[in-house]
Amino acid sequence: MTGLEAVGAAAAVGAGSGAAGDVSRAEICVVACAEAWRGDGEIAASPMGLIPTAGARLARATFEPDLLLTDGEARFVAGTWALGRPAPGPVEGWIPFRSVFDLLWAGRRHVMMTPAQIDRYGNANISAIGDHARPARQLLGVRGAPGNTVNHPTSYWVPRHQPRVFVPRVDMVCGVGYDSGRAAGPAAAAFLDLRRVVTNLAVLDFGGPDHALRLVSVHPGVAVDEVVAATGFELAIDGAVPETRPPTPAELRLIREVIDPAGLRDGEVRG
Amino acid sequence: MLRWLKLRGAVDDGTAVADKWMSEDDVVARLRSGMTIGIGGWGSRRKPMSLVRAILRSDVRDLTVVSYGGPDVGLLCAAGKIRRLVYAFVSLDSISLEPHFQAARQRAAIEVTEYDEGMLQWALYAASCRLPFLPCRAGLGSDVLTVNPELRTVRSPYADGTELVAVPALPLDAALVHLNRADATGNGQFLGDDLYFDDLFCTAAEHAYVSCERIVPTSELAAGGLPRLRVHRWMVAGVVEAPNGAHFTSCAPDYDRDEGFQRAYVAAARDPAEWSRFAARYLSGDEHAYQAAVAAQRAAALGAGTLGAGTLGAGTLGAGTLGAGTLGAEASA
Repeated sequence: MTGLEAVGAAAAVGAGSGAAGDVSRAEICVVACAEAWRGDGEIAASPMGLIPTAGARLARATFEPDLLLTDGEARFVAGTWALGRPAPGPVEGWIPFRSVFDLLWAGRRHVMMTPAQIDRYGNANISAIGDHARPARQLLGVRGAPGNTVNHPTSYWVPRHQPRVFVPRVDMVCGVGYDSGRAAGPAAAAFLDLRRVVTNLAVLDFGGPDHALRLVSVHPGVAVDEVVAATGFELAIDGAVPETRPPTPAELRLIREVIDPAGLRDGEVRG
Repeated sequence: MLRWLKLRGAVDDGTAVADKWMSEDDVVARLRSGMTIGIGGWGSRRKPMSLVRAILRSDVRDLTVVSYGGPDVGLLCAAGKIRRLVYAFVSLDSISLEPHFQAARQRAAIEVTEYDEGMLQWALYAASCRLPFLPCRAGLGSDVLTVNPELRTVRSPYADGTELVAVPALPLDAALVHLNRADATGNGQFLGDDLYFDDLFCTAAEHAYVSCERIVPTSELAAGGLPRLRVHRWMVAGVVEAPNGAHFTSCAPDYDRDEGFQRAYVAAARDPAEWSRFAARYLSGDEHAYQAAVAAQRAAALGAGTLGAGTLGAGTLGAGTLGAGTLGAEASA
C-alpha cells in the first residue's frame, strides 16, 4: 500500500465511524490551518499554498475577523472569496514587496509555509536537498524564511506527512528552529514563535521538551501510531491524543460554497 | 522616425537634457566580462528579458548576477554566463522551480551567495546609501550564515548590545530593469501594482539601464500619478524601447505572463535535445527575430494567422491570448 492509499483507507474508516460524518480530510485540514491564526487579531495572515489559503480566509470569515489578507499580489483585500478566482472585495491597502518586509520586520504577520524538510525543533528547509555546495535536488532557495521565523509567528503546512519531510536534521536551515535560534543568541530568539504544524494526518506544535515537536491532535480516522510511523524522529506525546475538531456546519458551508466551490482542496489532500 | 525624433529629450521641449535612448546591443556593449550585474523584477515578473537575451548573444561572461531570480537567471545559467549568483530564490512563480537554475546548481556549475530576501534588499540599500553594511535580524540562526562564511555579525553600540547580521553592501557595476514606460532621458514609470526593488537595483549600480514597453514624452509621465515615478533620470544611464521586452514574464498591466510559453520553456529545459530545438527556434537571432518567432507561434496556436509579425507590439501581444496547451504539447512531443 502506498502512503497515499494508507491515508485514503484511514479516512474511509473515519468517515464511517468518526464524528466527522461526511466531512473530508481536506476540510478537516482547512479548519486546522484556520485555527493557527486564532487569537492573532489585527495582523497579516500570509498563507503559502492552497489549504492554508483556504484556512486563512475561513479564519477571517468566522472567528478572527481583524486579520489582513492579500490578493496574492500587492493588495490587502477585504471580504471572503474563492480559491483560484480574483479577489472581488474592496481593496484595503497597498502592500508591494518592500512593504511586506516592513510589515514582517515589525512582527505584524503570521506566515504558514510548506517545508520540504522539517525537524524536531522546527528547523525548516525549502532551499535544497543534500549538500548545499552541490545539491542532490535544488529547490527554491531560502526565500524569506530566515527573516520570517526570527521576526514573527510562523506555522507550517505539510500536505503529505512522511519521514522524508519529518527528518532528524534538515539539510539547510532556512526557517529557524528553537534549537538554532537559542544557539544564535537573544536577537534570534527574541521573536521566534513557531506556532503549529498542520499535516494531512495531524496537528502538532512545539510544546514538547525544549520546544520539541509534539502531537496535539490526530485527524478523525488517523491512528496515533500512523503519525508516529510517518515521522522520522521521536515525537513528543502527552497522554491521550484527542481528535482534530471537525468543521462546524457554518464553517463547512463557507468552505464548500464560498471559499472552495470548485473543490480544489481535494487535489491537495485526498479522502 | 518622426516619433523617434520627437521623443528625444532635446527635441521634446528644446532643453538640453541628456538623451539616453539606445538599443539592447548598445547596453550590452557597455557590459564587460566579470562584472556584477543586478537584474530587476521578481521571479517571473517584469524581467528585462530583451536585455537578458542580448547578453545571451554577446561574448560577455563570468558575470556575478544579483536577482530575485526567475527565467533571467535560468537563461543566463543555460548559456554559461554566470560565475556567481546572488539570490534568495529562483522561481517561475506559476511553476515553482526553475529548471536551468536547478541543473546548474545540481552540477555545481555556478558559485552561489544565498541570502534571505530581506537581506538582499538591505545589501542593495546599503550600496545605494554608500554604507559598508546594514544591520539585520534576518539570517540569524539560519544556515545563511553557514553557507556564507564571509558574513559577519555586529553588536549594537547602545545599551541593548544586540548582535545582528551585518549585511555587506552589494554595489553593482550595472543594473538592468524593465518598466512599463520611460522618457528618453531615463525617467521611468511602473504601471502595475509593484515596483519590486527596481529603484534599489538602479541606485545600487554604477550604471543602470531601463528597458520599457514604450518611450513617451516627458509630459505624459505625470498623468499616471506621481507615486509611479520612482525611477529618476539621475539613476539611469540608458533607456531602451522594448515592446513585449519582458516576454515571457508578466508586465502588468500591459500583458500577463505567457504561461503557455513558460510551460514550453520548462518542458524544453528538462531535455537537452528539446532545449537545442527551443534555442534554435527562439534564441538564435536578434530581438526582432525572437519577437517574430513568438508572434508566429502565437498565430499558429490561434490557428487564424491574423497576428503576423507586422502587428508586433505590446498591445496586441497579450499573453492571455496564447492557446496555452499548444506550445506545451508541442515541446513535449
